[in-house]
Amino acid sequence: MPLSWLVLIVLALAAAGYFVGRIRVLKLAGGDVRALHSLPVYYGANVALSAAVPALGVLLLWLLIQPSLIENTVSAMIAPEMIPEGSNLNLVMADVRRVADGLYTAVETGAMNMAQVDALQASADVRATLGELGVALGQDVRPEVLAAAKSYLVASGTGNTARMVVVLALSLTGLVLSMIRTKPDYRARNVVERAVLALLMAAASLAILTTVGIVLSMLFETINFFGLHSWKDFFFGTIWAPNFRGDSELSILPLLWGTLYISFIALLVAVPIGLFAAIYLSEYAGPKTRAFAKPLLEILAGIPTIVYGLFALLTVGPMLINLFGQTGALGVNWMSGATSVLTAGVVMGIMLIPFVSSLSDDIINAVPQAMRDGSLGLGATQSETIRQVVIPAALPGIVGAILLAASRAIGETMIVVMGAGAIAKFSLNPFESMTTITTRIVSQLTGDGDFSSPETLVAFALGLTLFVLTLGLNVLALYIVRKYREQYE
Amino acid sequence: MTDVSQPNSAGTPQSSLHRLDARTKRRNAAESRFKFYGIVAILIGLLMLVTLLYTILSKGTGAFSQTFVTMQVELLESKLDKSGTRDLEKIKKVTTFGYAPLIKGAFEKSVLEHGIDTDLKTKDMAKILSKSAASQLRGYVIANPDKIGETIEFRFLANSRVDGYLKGRVSRESIANDKNITAAQLDFVDQLIAAGVLEKTFNIDFIIGADASDQRPEAAGIGVAMVGSLFMMLVVLALALPIGVAASIYLEEFAPKNWITDIIEVNISNLAAVPSIVFGILGLAVFINYMHLPQSAPLVGGLVLTLMTLPTIIISTRAALKAVPPSIRDAALGVGASKMQAVFHHVLPLAAPGILTGTIIGLAQALGETAPLLLIGMIGFIASNMPETIGEGLLSPNSAMPAQIYEWAKRADPAFYERAWGGIIILLIFLISMNTLAVILRRRFERRW
Repeated sequence: MPLSWLVLIVLALAAAGYFVGRIRVLKLAGGDVRALHSLPVYYGANVALSAAVPALGVLLLWLLIQPSLIENTVSAMIAPEMIPEGSNLNLVMADVRRVADGLYTAVETGAMNMAQVDALQASADVRATLGELGVALGQDVRPEVLAAAKSYLVASGTGNTARMVVVLALSLTGLVLSMIRTKPDYRARNVVERAVLALLMAAASLAILTTVGIVLSMLFETINFFGLHSWKDFFFGTIWAPNFRGDSELSILPLLWGTLYISFIALLVAVPIGLFAAIYLSEYAGPKTRAFAKPLLEILAGIPTIVYGLFALLTVGPMLINLFGQTGALGVNWMSGATSVLTAGVVMGIMLIPFVSSLSDDIINAVPQAMRDGSLGLGATQSETIRQVVIPAALPGIVGAILLAASRAIGETMIVVMGAGAIAKFSLNPFESMTTITTRIVSQLTGDGDFSSPETLVAFALGLTLFVLTLGLNVLALYIVRKYREQYE
Repeated sequence: MTDVSQPNSAGTPQSSLHRLDARTKRRNAAESRFKFYGIVAILIGLLMLVTLLYTILSKGTGAFSQTFVTMQVELLESKLDKSGTRDLEKIKKVTTFGYAPLIKGAFEKSVLEHGIDTDLKTKDMAKILSKSAASQLRGYVIANPDKIGETIEFRFLANSRVDGYLKGRVSRESIANDKNITAAQLDFVDQLIAAGVLEKTFNIDFIIGADASDQRPEAAGIGVAMVGSLFMMLVVLALALPIGVAASIYLEEFAPKNWITDIIEVNISNLAAVPSIVFGILGLAVFINYMHLPQSAPLVGGLVLTLMTLPTIIISTRAALKAVPPSIRDAALGVGASKMQAVFHHVLPLAAPGILTGTIIGLAQALGETAPLLLIGMIGFIASNMPETIGEGLLSPNSAMPAQIYEWAKRADPAFYERAWGGIIILLIFLISMNTLAVILRRRFERRW
């Protein structure tokens, strides 16, 4: 039975339980609502929840656990010597899954029955048979793969049947048990409310689960990576030269340099513009200008990064070439390709202007008016007040805002993928193309990567470094901002 | 107070409030300079916005029109169905190559009909059409075998170079080294325009059509990717809204002040700032490598974007819940409602407009996100089939609007760049309407307490 049917049946049971529970308790109370402990809806909801929640919860867990269990048993069937040269367990397992899927379709569509599948020999042309059913296999099926695929099919078949039985049994048990408990003096509302609270709590914990998922998924692969590649080279080496035939030099430093350099240029663009815009908007501008200019500036933050990427690649890059290129207006021949640190940096700077301006604006507005009045009363001009009183008072917050913008810049992907280039190197020349951590993550993980080679796994180590880096910056920024806010509250 | 009446000693400058001294002038100049910097900064910001929008509009509008050639094609029985039995199997055996002579014949006829004077061979004339012309013809014949022998009017896509010529992207100078088109063919194109055979019209296929291979930029459309995005948004809406609202209700209304709550709160604010590509890595590792969900499927994209959007929705929902005054809760509790009843019956409905606004903004953000989609494989193939069922829409490989734009930007032919900008116009139209809807909802339903 397909999964969707199972879910629908459980939901139907729950819906039926809701009405039956309601009717039953009313009947037991002789139709008098006043004889009940809770409102009738709660009795219905109690039955519905007991029918649905445990069953669906178990189903979810089952879905998470069954694949890895089957994977482990089946992959144990494939001895290391059976793995062909140049391949690995993951690739063989992918084959096994594909064949098993094919056989499953064959059984589903009725082209074969289980006995026929069992009798299937690798010598018989499995590939052709499956090909007729529209399951394309890349190569002929080897006997050990077929055997593994068969046991995969059988195991997942058994698993799915067991899943169906367990889930339905749980649902029915829940339904019946709660039905038995449904009596007029049963404290249905309290039970339902406790259950709902638990569900709310579970939803809130999803945030923790996501973080744990992020950290764990990257951590495991990173550990695998460090098993294959020396961590010293990763953190302290100076060359990034992945080579899919193996023996590559994978160190983060040149990428980190490119990332920081581009972020620095982006901040060089965004911070002065953003800060002056924020000062003007909060200190000088009238309500009309403010209502007009602030939302317009914030549009810049709402534009998807792919748009900025395309803008960098197709507009800003060629424009910079026209200025600094060989045949450029300045005649300096500094730039040879449209992708460069400057291209990506300038465009990213544009994107960050509203981040800096909005955050700084809030922070400048939070400086108490009394401080301004005091300074103005002593005869300072408005700009002197801003420079000598408002900005120093707001400085921690502004630093926090800049740090947040920096963390954005470091984690930004599309602009650098399209505008920065692919060459990892240490250079101070902003007209050269350089690469960043995020760009390399994308290039190492797109395409048919093989998840046991260091060239692919390095992306997880890069991702973890990026995560830690941005997290550190954010925590620092939030700490600074929060500490500063408390001063004036 | 003796200082006051002391006369000025000789040598110190006279000062008067009516005459600005040098220092005041300097200070006033500094003041106006400072103010000027602020204005310049804002103007630069706005200028960037205008430049960006102008670039998008000027480069992208071309994608919405396309050059078509309208011709009478005689579906010759001798070429398509030699046996004359109209047997579909036999008709299907004629490949697209078999249809090329028909197109050449159609050109010959229309040259005669319009009195166009050209030395071009019919083979070279036919090259101004898209490579899809023959298969378009074949598809029509297979769908309507009874029309064989008749003469039917067809509207063929012109080649992307011809299209570029009409849009000003291609000129006689720029094709000097181009193998795909010659100056003589452009002359022919001019004659066809004069005869009204070839014209540039609105191109609905760009909006509803499928992507095409990198040989045929003129046939590429964003429709299938749009459906992919739609399915992803459905997943995000179905998961992120209930989970986000439930989490916010717990944190805002029920959570005790303890370290677990603190951890959850810190987690949510940090997740909001995690780079989107990290969510892509999570999706790749958990949903594809561990759970073996199909690669490139909108379901996986939707799940990843859900995790990414949740913090946004939670933060705005909490703000909406916080804006409901405590007196509402107190009143509900006062007449005997339980805490849960007070929240679900009174606070939540009052916070609904705010929650909705936050959700729409979160969805808009998810719609434009590209980086995580690259990692879960929503690029690198041609999204050519419209899904037929909901299950297929969720599970079969598809692209999404931003991923499709990226895909086009990567292709070598500059004709795809126009498509990419055009795609951005469509994407921005979606984003702008979603954000406008959010603003309208807020204006319409927002309550001031």
